[in-house]
Amino acid sequence: MFDRLSLNRRRFLKTTTAGLLFGAVPGLVSGRARAADGLTVGFVYVGPKDDYGYNQAHAEGAAAVKALDGVTVVEEENVPETVDVQKTMESMINLDGATLLFPTSFGYFDPHVLAVAAKYPDTQFRHCGGLWQAGKHPENVGSYFGYIHQGQYLNGIAAGYATKSKKIGFVAAKPIPQVLQNINAFLLGARSVDPAITCQVIFTGEWSLAVKEAEAVNALVDQGADVITCHVDSPKVVVQTAAGRGAFVCGYHANQSPLAPDKYLTGAEWAWGNVYTDFAKKALAGEKLGNFVRGGLKDGFVKMSPLGPAVSTEARNTFEATLAEIMKTKYSVFKGPLKDNKGNEVIAAGAAYSEDAIELESMAYLVDGVVGSAS
Amino acid sequence: MTIGIDNLSEAAVPAAGSWAGHLAEWTARRLEPVVIGLGAILIGLVLFSLFILALGKSPLLLFQLMYTGGFASWFSIQNSLSRAAPLLLTALCVALPARLGLVVIGGEGALALGGVAAAAAALPLAHLLPPVPTLAGIALAAMLAGGIWIGCVGALRHYRGVNETISSLLMSYIAIAVMNQLIEGPLRDPASLNKPSTLPLPADYLIGPLPGMDVHWGFAIGIATCVLSYLLIETTTWGFAARVAGGNTRAAEVQGLPVGRLIVGFTALAGACAGLAGMIEVAAVQGSANGSLIAGYGYTGILVAFLARHNPLAIIPVAILIGGIDASGGLIQRRMGLPDATVLVLQGTLFVVILACETLYGRFKPFNPDLWKRDL
Amino acid sequence: MESTAIGLWGIPLAILAGAIRVSTPFIFVSLGETITERSGRINLGLEGTLVFGAMTAYAIAVVTGSPWLGVAGAMAAGASFGLIHGFICRWPKVNDIAIGIAMMQFGLGLAFFLGKPYIQPAAPHLPSIPFGFWSGLPQIQAALDINVLFLIGAALTFALRWVLANTRIGLTLRVVGDSTDAARAMGIDPHRVRLVATAVGGAFAAVGGAYLSLYYPGAWNEGISSGQGLMAVALVIFARWNPVGCFLAALLFGGAGALGPALQSVGVTSGYYLFYAAPYALTLVIMIATSSPNRPVPGMPGALSLTK
Repeated sequence: MFDRLSLNRRRFLKTTTAGLLFGAVPGLVSGRARAADGLTVGFVYVGPKDDYGYNQAHAEGAAAVKALDGVTVVEEENVPETVDVQKTMESMINLDGATLLFPTSFGYFDPHVLAVAAKYPDTQFRHCGGLWQAGKHPENVGSYFGYIHQGQYLNGIAAGYATKSKKIGFVAAKPIPQVLQNINAFLLGARSVDPAITCQVIFTGEWSLAVKEAEAVNALVDQGADVITCHVDSPKVVVQTAAGRGAFVCGYHANQSPLAPDKYLTGAEWAWGNVYTDFAKKALAGEKLGNFVRGGLKDGFVKMSPLGPAVSTEARNTFEATLAEIMKTKYSVFKGPLKDNKGNEVIAAGAAYSEDAIELESMAYLVDGVVGSAS
Repeated sequence: MTIGIDNLSEAAVPAAGSWAGHLAEWTARRLEPVVIGLGAILIGLVLFSLFILALGKSPLLLFQLMYTGGFASWFSIQNSLSRAAPLLLTALCVALPARLGLVVIGGEGALALGGVAAAAAALPLAHLLPPVPTLAGIALAAMLAGGIWIGCVGALRHYRGVNETISSLLMSYIAIAVMNQLIEGPLRDPASLNKPSTLPLPADYLIGPLPGMDVHWGFAIGIATCVLSYLLIETTTWGFAARVAGGNTRAAEVQGLPVGRLIVGFTALAGACAGLAGMIEVAAVQGSANGSLIAGYGYTGILVAFLARHNPLAIIPVAILIGGIDASGGLIQRRMGLPDATVLVLQGTLFVVILACETLYGRFKPFNPDLWKRDL
Repeated sequence: MESTAIGLWGIPLAILAGAIRVSTPFIFVSLGETITERSGRINLGLEGTLVFGAMTAYAIAVVTGSPWLGVAGAMAAGASFGLIHGFICRWPKVNDIAIGIAMMQFGLGLAFFLGKPYIQPAAPHLPSIPFGFWSGLPQIQAALDINVLFLIGAALTFALRWVLANTRIGLTLRVVGDSTDAARAMGIDPHRVRLVATAVGGAFAAVGGAYLSLYYPGAWNEGISSGQGLMAVALVIFARWNPVGCFLAALLFGGAGALGPALQSVGVTSGYYLFYAAPYALTLVIMIATSSPNRPVPGMPGALSLTK
């Protein structure tokens, strides 16, 4: 602790001097201070670092990067998607000498990451969830994401075996492609067990809204849903409320099994530690970082929580067989013939979208069997 | 009525004495808030130091970092100014009605509606007009939207007797819901996949940075609006009438002042300021209207206005101070390993002390204008 | 439809259940603020007190294993916040609304700061009483599984109404609230009464926070409150400083809040943002319908600075 503090103090003195030297001249702001050696990596979070969900998963990834030799990690939490995040990134570059930045909230990408990246061509920006396109976006920007819908598909299998009412529930924040993929995959997983299962979705409209999420769970359980999962930033409330009402739960973002040991079936978790250490090692070695990085369960981007005690042997067998399949090939959760819940065909018979199909990233429908509206 | 409005008597000080006397009197009156304000900040910092010391961290390092992060370099100064920009306008949304004794806390909603109105108006206008008239047009649309929204609060207050504090808060939540419904429904750009937004403004229609700076024009617009508001209140008959009405509504009505029109006018103006803030966020920062507009600027604006004692000119330094503290908050997290809430604690401590020190006004003899009038 | 589903009956049930589940923080905060405002002070910062109370209660419950100790701790913390507010506001020229807003920032900051270590651990929840035992439907059983704090809140509502109307304490409070000078003439120290009233208000608000973190939704994190504290303060004006009015307003607010999720669960899936705004719209409509420009707001304490 003391070492870090004194190291920081040294760097602090260095940067202030640089700030005084160059700072007074507007045109020279780019003549910024840099860490003399090693690599400084900046992480920016939209919420608190320990939210039992989205931001925590990223912060755990950052912690893995901290363990690398020669890497300094700087972090900032609760940074809104406004001019604040632009200035936070610039501050990390100018005052901390960060050369690799991970702005982790989707909303940071356009316009904030793009604007700052254009100003600092020597800094690398890797953004979570964005759709980086060659030619359209700067070369020092890239995006990474994981096929977490595979995890929700496996959640769905566990749910399909656990449900008695043949009705499962999903608490979602907003009807955007990343969320719609998860809802659809959850139902398709359950329907691979029993095609009669339906999934009720409730949108809360916000990424983090504790009371409304709890109300949504209660409404789902009142309508007979007996397995619940979610896609909100902090699933703690959903998991606890659902378990409290006697429903089974599947987790999301991080492992929430300690919150409901008996009712927790499994969960789709991020494994950002792998992704971030990979980026950082490449940056340390001076290699080029990928601009469009995607991966699923077999690439170590996503992992499953250990199966809970409520999972039957039959369910366990199917779950593990499917998982093994996903680990082997480019698995297609979304296969034709598939209709959306308005009756339109969205995937023709014989067609299939493998995990890396770009079409999945613009999904705008809920599949047949999901009760809810995608717009 | 206890809102911190300068005494009416201030306006009624008779012109007397030499110019030196005037100068001394003027200086004494202007110096008082500066000295008390700075003294209060000092006390607040000392109290906060104790808190940091109790955590086993160095307050000196923290203040050094705050200076570095907020004000030490040109980059840091621009960082602070950028963060202050929206607060100038949202604070006016509170300060203007306060002149009439109204506590309006719904700026966040007017900002949201202003942003959506601006984005919606941008679509047709950008086809027809070059950038500057387009921006003027969407600014007008945003000010209309915000102005009507908060103007309704004023109208409800005057014509129906509905308390403006609660109605503005309720209408703020409703406005945010309307905004979300619009940007995820009819106004949604189908290409905005994972972040529902309206169609973006064309790149050359965006509000750019001030010349030679990395701070967008919104900051200058905010400053200008603060100055204009000050002039409106201090130099026009409308401003004077508003202050009279703020002092005592009944008396103002008896005197034949158009209290209803004043209330609706000032609240509408206040809403227009918040709406303009929304337009600037859209045209200078976000490029489109989306959920990121809801960043708490409206609520921070309440704090700024009360700290500035509802004086539009005082809003400028207060907003910059808050911008600077916010700007340095990141550095404190990164260098000292303290959570981001540290800045909230610091702000809370500072603001409580600053506001508590208002009790000191008039307690120090050298600041008494009458003293100087007598002496010179 | 499966036998476990209750279909459209879910909507009235959700409104009833929501009214009971969601209203408790509103009840406590607005009752507390009623006491404070009846003394002629306004504390707009109860949102900060509520969140600090939520954190304190959760932390103490985690450490000691007793949720009731958590509630007691929250009350002590809330009372301290009230005391600070009350103490500062007795000084001349200090604006109680402004201090309240600053205290809100302070309370939120301190709660987030000190609450970091308690986000992960799970705390024991406050107990509830299964009033739905008679029904075979699990939905009704769940809806009528009523938390003790709600019952205490309901009891306090009527107790407070009685105290205000019939006791010497109530009379003192009302006199101080209506006129500082009249109170002085009667030999009452208005400052002391207001100090106590603000402290009691803070303690009440903190209990509302404890309900959030220790029962429903029953977790501590920085997003635990979505403005319940601020809204509850506003509800006091809506309820015309009447405890029973506060109770009813809180029930209305909770019930209307349950409408959004319930409608989606029965298939009304579009326009949910507007349904979520129902509590605010409904409150506003009632306000407009019941207000009148020609008479002052009935029940309003005369010394209150928020309204004239």
